[in-house]
Parts: sequence; C-alpha cells; structure tokens
Amino acid sequence: MLALVRNKKTSLVLLMLVAIVGLSIYYFTSNNVFTQKPISYNKDIRPLLSDRCFACHGPDINKMKAGLRLDLPASAFAELSKNKGHFAIVPGSPERSELIRRIESSDPHVMMPQPESHLAKLTPAEIKLFKQWIKEGAKYEKHWAFVAPQKTALPKIKNEDWTKNEIDYFISEKMEEKGLSPNEQANKENLIKRAFIDLNGLPPTYAELQTWTKNQNQNWYQLLLQQLMKKPAYGEKMSILWLDLARYSDSYGYQDDNIRTQWPWRDWVIKAFNTNMHYDQFLMQQIAGDLIPNGNKETILATAFWRNHKYTEEGGVIEEEYRVTNNIDKTRTFGKAILGVTIECAQCHDHKYDPFSAKDYYQLYAFFNMSKEKGYEGDVSISTPAKTPKLFISAEDRKNIFAYLNTKDTGKIEVSVMGDTVRPTYVLSRGRYDAPTTEVKPAGINAIMPYDTTKYERNRLGLAKWTVNKRNPLTARVFVNFIWQDIFGKGLVKTSGDFGLQGELPTHPELLDWLAVDFMEHNWDIQYLVTKIMTSATYTQSSIIHKSHLEKDPENTYYARSPRIRLKAELIRDWVLSTSGLLNPVIGGPSVKPYQPKGVWESTTSGRGQLAAYKQDHGEDLYRRGMYTFIKLTAPPPSMIIFDASNRDQCEAKRSNTNTPLQALTMLNDPTVLEASRVLAEKLSAENMSVADKINKAFSLILIRTPSSNETNRLMAYFNNQEAYLKAHQALIQKTLSAGEYQSTQKNKNAIEAAALMKTCLLLYNLEETITKS
Amino acid sequence: MNEFLEHGLNQNRRKFLSKLSLGLGGMALGSLMIPGIFDAKNEDDLFNNVLPHFAPKAKRVIYLFQNGAPSQLDLFDYKPMLQQMHGEDLPASIRNGQRLTGMTANQTKFPLAGTRFNFTQNKNTGAYFSETIPHIASISDELCIIRSLYTEAINHDPALTFFQTGAQVGNRPSMGSWISYGLGSENKNLPAFTVLLSKGKGNGQGVYSKLWSNGFLDSIHQGVQFSSGEEPVKYLSDPEFIDRGDKRKMLDEIAELNEQSYKEMGDPEIVTKIQQYELAYRMQMEVPEVTSLQNEPESIVKMYGPDCLLPGTYAANCLLARKLSESGVRFVQLYHQGWDGHNNLPNELVGQCKDVDQPSAALIKDLKQRGLLDETLVIWGGEFGRTNYCQGKLTKDNYGRDHHPRCFTIWMAGGGTKPGVYGETDEFGYNITNLPVHVHDFHATVMHLMGVDHEKFTFKHLGRRYRLTDVAGNVVKEIIS
Repeated sequence: MLALVRNKKTSLVLLMLVAIVGLSIYYFTSNNVFTQKPISYNKDIRPLLSDRCFACHGPDINKMKAGLRLDLPASAFAELSKNKGHFAIVPGSPERSELIRRIESSDPHVMMPQPESHLAKLTPAEIKLFKQWIKEGAKYEKHWAFVAPQKTALPKIKNEDWTKNEIDYFISEKMEEKGLSPNEQANKENLIKRAFIDLNGLPPTYAELQTWTKNQNQNWYQLLLQQLMKKPAYGEKMSILWLDLARYSDSYGYQDDNIRTQWPWRDWVIKAFNTNMHYDQFLMQQIAGDLIPNGNKETILATAFWRNHKYTEEGGVIEEEYRVTNNIDKTRTFGKAILGVTIECAQCHDHKYDPFSAKDYYQLYAFFNMSKEKGYEGDVSISTPAKTPKLFISAEDRKNIFAYLNTKDTGKIEVSVMGDTVRPTYVLSRGRYDAPTTEVKPAGINAIMPYDTTKYERNRLGLAKWTVNKRNPLTARVFVNFIWQDIFGKGLVKTSGDFGLQGELPTHPELLDWLAVDFMEHNWDIQYLVTKIMTSATYTQSSIIHKSHLEKDPENTYYARSPRIRLKAELIRDWVLSTSGLLNPVIGGPSVKPYQPKGVWESTTSGRGQLAAYKQDHGEDLYRRGMYTFIKLTAPPPSMIIFDASNRDQCEAKRSNTNTPLQALTMLNDPTVLEASRVLAEKLSAENMSVADKINKAFSLILIRTPSSNETNRLMAYFNNQEAYLKAHQALIQKTLSAGEYQSTQKNKNAIEAAALMKTCLLLYNLEETITKS
Repeated sequence: MNEFLEHGLNQNRRKFLSKLSLGLGGMALGSLMIPGIFDAKNEDDLFNNVLPHFAPKAKRVIYLFQNGAPSQLDLFDYKPMLQQMHGEDLPASIRNGQRLTGMTANQTKFPLAGTRFNFTQNKNTGAYFSETIPHIASISDELCIIRSLYTEAINHDPALTFFQTGAQVGNRPSMGSWISYGLGSENKNLPAFTVLLSKGKGNGQGVYSKLWSNGFLDSIHQGVQFSSGEEPVKYLSDPEFIDRGDKRKMLDEIAELNEQSYKEMGDPEIVTKIQQYELAYRMQMEVPEVTSLQNEPESIVKMYGPDCLLPGTYAANCLLARKLSESGVRFVQLYHQGWDGHNNLPNELVGQCKDVDQPSAALIKDLKQRGLLDETLVIWGGEFGRTNYCQGKLTKDNYGRDHHPRCFTIWMAGGGTKPGVYGETDEFGYNITNLPVHVHDFHATVMHLMGVDHEKFTFKHLGRRYRLTDVAGNVVKEIIS
C-alpha cells in the first residue's frame, strides 16, 4: 500500500474507491462500473456459458439437452421446444428470459446447472452479469481467438515516462486501472543475470560479468542482448521450449523402450534458432519439409518433428491400432503446439466447448494418415534406430549439408521422418481404429480459418501454408504467447496450450494481438520478438515484491514487478556445471548419460532392448548441458523430473513449477553438484588471493553479484568453522575432495582450505537466489 | 516462528499453498508444518473442495499390482470344463468374433487348455484357490474376490496405463496421485504416494514411470519410488563427509542467508524454500527408520518369508509397504513383474506364486494383527486376464495363454470391503455371465471406500474437468461391508 501511495496521486483516488466499495464486489465493479465498459460476450459471458452450460447446451449435438444450444444466438433466442411460449434468452428483457429464472432458482427441478451435473451454481455477481448482458441486447461475438488479431492504437496512459516500447503502454494501462505502479529498473547485475538466463540459459563467466558491469555505453544492454543471441548457446536455450512441445526423446517408449535416433532433428532445431530461421519457415519445414519446392535432405530432416511420438515394439499388437494411435498423437501435437487448441476432444465426439466437429478432427487427422508409416514393424528383438519412412544421412552428407551434426559415429545415420502415400481417411466412431464410418478429405479447421482448396493442397504442404498464412488467427498468437511464457513464467494466455473457449482469456488481449501482428509484420523474426520483449520496461524492472504487490496482485497478473522464477531443470544443471568450469560446451550429437542414482533403468526395464541397464558415460560426456541428458521415456532422468521437466510422453505446453523437499535433497546430494563444488573450490584454492576474496569470487560466479558485507562475513564465519572442523577431523578432508570423477590437474596445496571452500560452494549452490531468475 | 517468515506466510497463504503444491489434502501437511496457517477466513475455494466427501471406510491403500497379467484360470477361476475339453477347439459361439492380439490372431486352432493345478474351495465363501497359492487360500475368509473384472485394452502398455490412470493413452494422473492430491499425506515427513518395484523370473513386461505420474496435477503428487536398499529414496543419503551435525549447520546457514534474501526481495517463495529444506532434513531422519527392515522381529520375518530381508524382492516390498502404510503413507503401489505367460505358463506360474503367495498373505495377516486391516485397503491383481485357449504348443501339462481382457479376477481385502465372491464367468471362463465390473467401476469403488465421490472429484485442465473415472464408473455397492 505504501508503495502505491508514494508513487501516484491517481492511484490514491482509486485506492480510496476500492476501500469504499469493498473487496467482495471488486471483481464486478472493476470491470463494469469504474471503466464504464459494456458487458463483453467474449470476456464476461462466454467463459461462464462454456464452463457451466455448454456441457449440455453447447456444440456437442449428441449431448444436447432440450434441443437448446446456448452457443448459437439463433437457438438461444428461439422458442423453447420443450416449453412453448418461453425463450431461453429474450434480448433486452432479463425478466422474460428463462435462462435467468433457471440460474436464479434453487429448486432442484428448475435450477441450472442441474445439481447432478456437479457444476457450481452461478454466484450473484455472475447472475448480475448475465442480466446486464441480456439487458444490453445479448450480443454474441465470435470467439476472440478465432478472429484474426489486429493492432490497436497504443492506449493513453499517465506514466509515459516509464515506457521503453509499445509493450509498456498496454502493461501500464492495466496497471493504472488496478492502481498499481511499476517497480524501479533492475540493477545492472540483475539485468545481466536475467539476460544470460533468458538468451543462453547459462551464467556469465567471471570475466563477462566484469566486462558488462563496467561497460558504460548507453546502449550496453541492447549490445548485451545482441551478443548473447549470437552465441551458440542461444539456440540451445530456445530449443528447450520446442522440444517439450515436440515431445522429443531418445527412446521409443512403451515397455521395451529401446533406443532410437531422433537427435539429428533436435540439432536441426538448435541450428534453426541459431541462424534465426523465421518462425514461418521454421513451421513450413517441420510441417512439410518433404513436400516443399526446393526441399532437400535437411528440410526432410525437419519433418522428424512429427515422428517424435512413441512407437510400440510390444509383441502381438494390432498394427492398425497403433498406426491410428500415432496419428492421433500427431494431430494432438499440431493442435496444441502450433494452434493452441485441444482438438483431441473431437476425436470421439463433437467438441463440447469449441466449434470443432468430429468431421473437422478427422479432416485434420487425414493429413497425417497419408503418411507411409506402419503402426508396428516388429518387436524389440528386431528393433531399428528409425521407423519407415526414414531419412538416411551418409558420411558424405555429414561433410556437406549436415556438417553441423556432431557425432563420432562413422556409419550411416537413420532418422524417422515423413513421406506420404495414398490412403483414404474415415471418421472413426468413438475414435476406434476398427470403426470407420464416412470418408473425409484432408482440410484445416474451418472454424479457425476456411481451408480454401484453390490455394491449399490437400496435403501437409497445404496445411503448412494454411498455418503460416497471416490471416490464420492462432499461429502467431500462440507462438508469441509461448515466448512470453518462457520469459515471464506464464503466458498472456495462461492456458498456453488452449486458446479455445474453455481456455483462460488473455490478461492483456490488446497486447497479445499487437505482439502477434507486429511479429508477422516483421516476417516472423523470432530474435526481433525476443528483443522487443526483453527491452521493454516491463521486463527490465526490478523483481522486488512489495507488500502492496502481494495484497493487490499476488499472481503478478499485471506485471508491476518482474517475475522471480526458478530455473528450468536443464538450466539448473547448466548453471552448476558452468559456474564451476566443468561445462563441456559442445553442441548437439547423441544424448549422453551423466551420473544418475542406481537402479532407475534397471528396476523398470522388461530386460529387453539396449536400454535395460544404464551405462553411465565418463570423461567429457559427464559435463554436457542438461538438454543433452539421455531421455528414456519410461524412466526419464530423475534430476530433471524432480525439477518439473517434461517427461516428454506427449506434447507439453507448460511445465509445472513446484518447490519440494526432493528438490532440496537433489541440490544437496546430487554428485553433479558435489563435484562442481569440489572442482570450483580447488580452482579457487589455487588462486593467489585472500580467503575472503576467494569466497567473494565464488559468490560472484554463482550468484552473479557482489556479496554484501554481511553476506561475506557470514560466509567467512562458516568457512572458518568448517576449516576448524576439518582440522579436527583430518580423515574427512580427502573424502570432501573426492566427489565426482573429474581429475584436477594440480594437487591441492592447501587441502584443508580447499575442503572448507568446497562446503562453502555447496552452500552457495543451495541458496534460493542461485537457481532463481530474479 | 521468526517474524519475517510469519509475515511472508500471512501475506499470501493461498499462493504459499499452491506453490507447496500440496493439493486439497495438502492442508493437513501444511498445517502440520506451520501451525495456525489455516486459521484465517475466506479461503472459500479451498474449503468448499475439502475431501473426503463422506466418512471413508479406508484411510490408506496398498496396491499389489501383478504386472504382466496372472492367469485367473490357474489361480482363482476354476473351470473343470476346460480340463474335460483339454485340446478341443474353443467353440466359435463362445469366442463370438471378439478381437485377439497379433500373437494368436493367426492361429488356425484355439485348443482349450485346462489348468494343470488342483483347486480347493472355501466352504464359507465358495471361492476357489489353486494349489500354487496355499497362503492366500489360508486367508480366504478375509478376501473380497471379484471374478468378473473386464477391461478394454488388449496389450500391456495401454492396459496397465488404463488401470493406473483411467485412460489407455495420455498423460493422466495415476490413482495414487489423485489420492495424494485429494487426501494428502498423514505423515508430514513422508510423501503421500510411494512406489515399490520388484521382478519375478517369469516372462516380464517393463513398468514405466508414467504409471505413477502426476499427469496434469502438480509434480509433488507423483509417486516417489522407495526401496529397502541402501538408498531408499533418490538423493536421500548425505555424502559420507557430511554428518548430521554438519548438515544441520549448513542448513541453518542456508536458511539464514535465504531469510536475508527474503527480507530484501519479499518473495514468499523463499519462505517455502526454507520450509522445504527443513522437510528434506526431516525426511532424511524418518525415511531410513521406516525403510530399515533390520529390526523386524523373528515372527515377522517368518511370516513374510526369508526373502523379506533381501532388498528389492516382492517379500521385502510387502513388508516395506506395511511399514510405510503404518507410518501414514496414503497410497503404496507395488509392481511385481513376470506374469506374462505366453508359453510355459504353468512352470512360470509356480515361480511367480512362490514369490508372491506368502508375502501377500502375510501382509494381510500382519495388518490384521496390528488392527490396521479395517482401515487399509489391499488390492491384488493384474491388468487383464489370460485366454482359456492355448497359445503355442499344447501338451498334457504345459501350455501358454494369450491376453484376455474379457474377464479376469482380482481380490481386495480390508478397507471396508466385504469378504466373499462377486461376479461369474461362463463355464469356459471366456465371457462374464453375471455382475460385470469395468475398470472404471473398480476405480469408482476404490474412491468410494476412501470417502471420495468419483464424479465430484475433478480437476480442471486445459478447459476440461478431468476425473479418474473419465465419464463413467459405478460404485459396486455389493462388495462394500
């Protein structure tokens, strides 16, 4: 509260109003009285209809009750077939609208939603919204996400001084509406740490930190962003998001779960980000790289995107059942990752909430159903690294077009990719592979954008063009939202995998649309988009959380502060390896097997296939980035899963973000962290400086800032205590300095100091701030 | 508690709760950790959803999953007709064109295979038991046997996934995760959902972590793998150069520095972090105590059999399951591999039964003698059944059986179930003739025993309200005492 009053006179007025009206009706009033906006169907009404009514009165005609659909005005305004002379909605007249009578009633025979639906009764505020909407004429609107985005004029705001680019106008507008004001700009060290995390997923080296902290150039921050985007680590960092969406893994899944070779596709993704391939191209090649004009082996490799799903090698399966299952997976991935809709509901029935029929679903599915692949190519005993259709990458190719593939392997590499044949598609009754009904032809979803077959071929090439057409209302919005989510921890649409009617509304709809259009106007340039976001005042403000923030906006919906976010699982590993100097920065290649607790693979395996037992790597391969850790689908790496990494079983749009005791145990006891602490300690111990300086240096390396004197003092006291303890327990010294396989080049001159420093570094790695983007 | 921590917690209880990710039942855990945290009013959302919905019969579940699908025809569902017709073809009128797996779909003949084993009958309940499971037969008065379970999947992966998550495909939460989310843990130092793995010598099918996955629930609800070996939980053991006092010192210093950071940054998440480090420390004390089997008395070892002292065996896992459950773990999930008898079934079955018969029965007896059986639901069963006809070569005393989803047997004990036999199959053991129980019904019933209305217990994810029973499931009231 204090912060609020201190900052703006206007917010004081608002604050008083809020206090008078009272918090209980704050939601209602904030939307409709203060701002004098009419009720919006999309914003106020449709979410309620969708959540409480559409299950029985929505697009799924098989579940429709009483012949009433509330998603279509024609039906909602018509005379009720079961109740002559009555109308669900009479525009302009809430009193005569049966809907109002039903939602207000508490008679179990009359009330809606019916008690047996287990759906919550509408609150008085919600009922009031309905009455107001009907009074204003019950105006329906097309679902916002299915209408192409447009740039609106920048809103008028009071705090123009604060803004750095267009984003800030939209953010500021809402903030002012809510009586919030932004934080101060973050300090330099903070910004450096943030930029390194968001663009490289790695900490700055000690030298880089010094250089950038001392850089007095007015544009130092822009220069920093430019430089970070030129580093190969940029592509690695950006890829993690896409690998989750594309469900990338190194094994086939299902119970025998043998090894497969999809990593060349993963390296293609890294390269695409590093060469700043624009998003439309990025999609064109992955969706239809085998069909595009001037395609080549590299664009065919891109289509491995589709083939990252699981593949059964269980004896005795019915081939067609799994061919269908695999194509359902492709359809789901396309829907969720690229269009941000949960199309899979229409696999068994017309969608209950979105205007997608089962026919729409199978028209989309038909694009993938044309693939040459089989559902089953034999059991694990005759397993191959890829499944038909395959791309073969020869040693010759690796000298030319695939020079960027990093492998020690000298033979031919095979990858599962796309390749079409002729195969009719039928609507499958209830989604069952053995229950085909009517035939359908491939087409995009009309409710999203008409699939004009004079422009779009009825194959994946047509689908790709339809997807990246600038009038497609979803493609740009969904991607912009994923990038926003990656940077701010949550999307402008929080349900980033569902922009449909049941998804959440955008918190800043005009901003989302502005960014989406701007992105397309700049030819889908991903680095342009990322730079735009990261140079905003919204991004560069401090992340300090004031008491007023927690009172008015605990979830940080309005961005009056920069978020504090725990690093992704892979990046925690990267942080530890990089700050200790252990990181092996090689890009790409077959995934590696670092330290892992005993028995993770062995206790789950069927005993068949090459991955029955975990054969840990040694030497340099122990120190690769987290994204290269081998992902065996049935037993994914525990240190990753504990920190909420995707298990890659299916397309995943958003990781959870938990804070658990198992995470504490991992940071305290994982051999990777112990080894890094030891190696860093030995290095520092060999340097010619005071112990205090060594500790300060460790602190700067790990936390990317200078410690306060209080922090230095505390850490010195801890170090001294440890040193004394080790003097008294000499046997522990060698044990402390033996964590991990890494062989230090020099012998420790002062082993006690190195050991005490090791404990100090371990402590630093376990601070909350270390693995937090702040 | 420190004034600053208090401040952080009071500021934002709801966020704290959601970030602790403890779910609805997590309140019990949360309130144990920080007394008084839930005293405030206006936590309406949370309190409206409080589980259980009604008084539970069972407080905890131990699920002894027999992975690979044991043969009901050689264990529980006695069919003399098959012995009489041994070698004759399955009548087409019985098979009725139902689909077969790719392993036997091309067989030209489907010779019936009568069981090689002798059966005994419990005169009170009418239940049959083959000679391979004498210990389980000896506790038959405690068992609620369902002979009419059926499923939709015909292969292991989808069938297992269906049993554990209510759907054949998809990344849905496991049963244990749902229970963890809904009811939380009874023990502040142990997770609500734990998983124990073991393997028999029979033809095995792997298990996969997706089976104990949290799906779309927060990851704190995923099953935590436990073992009775050296490291009962991953990353639990301190490195050998750090002793308890030393660890305490480090944690105190971490907490001190984190707290300063909290004073500066004001993020309640930092407070949570401090608490989670404390919880980790307590887990390090409690888990080894619970998982150590060394101090079990002679009588217990005798009851479970000598294998129970060998870490990683089914016997050891049964004993460990009892200890975890007794300590308040809501859901203990065991998997024992090796039941996939496509050929050489009788011989493999003998070995598998040797692994599981005595310890399974011992677990029931042990829970009973501790007065825990009434409130602990024990479930024993596989993912589907096996065919009455032979796969591969049929001899007088050897045969294989393919997967059979149309009918199979599972049993339950304790936790408010009614001892007896439920459901019937035809004389060929191929189709259900009375009282079918679908997997969804089974889930609905387990939820009911835990005091949960399976239709009301939902979680909204990507626009849809999901539940363990999808859109189906009826509670089988007749098997509830």
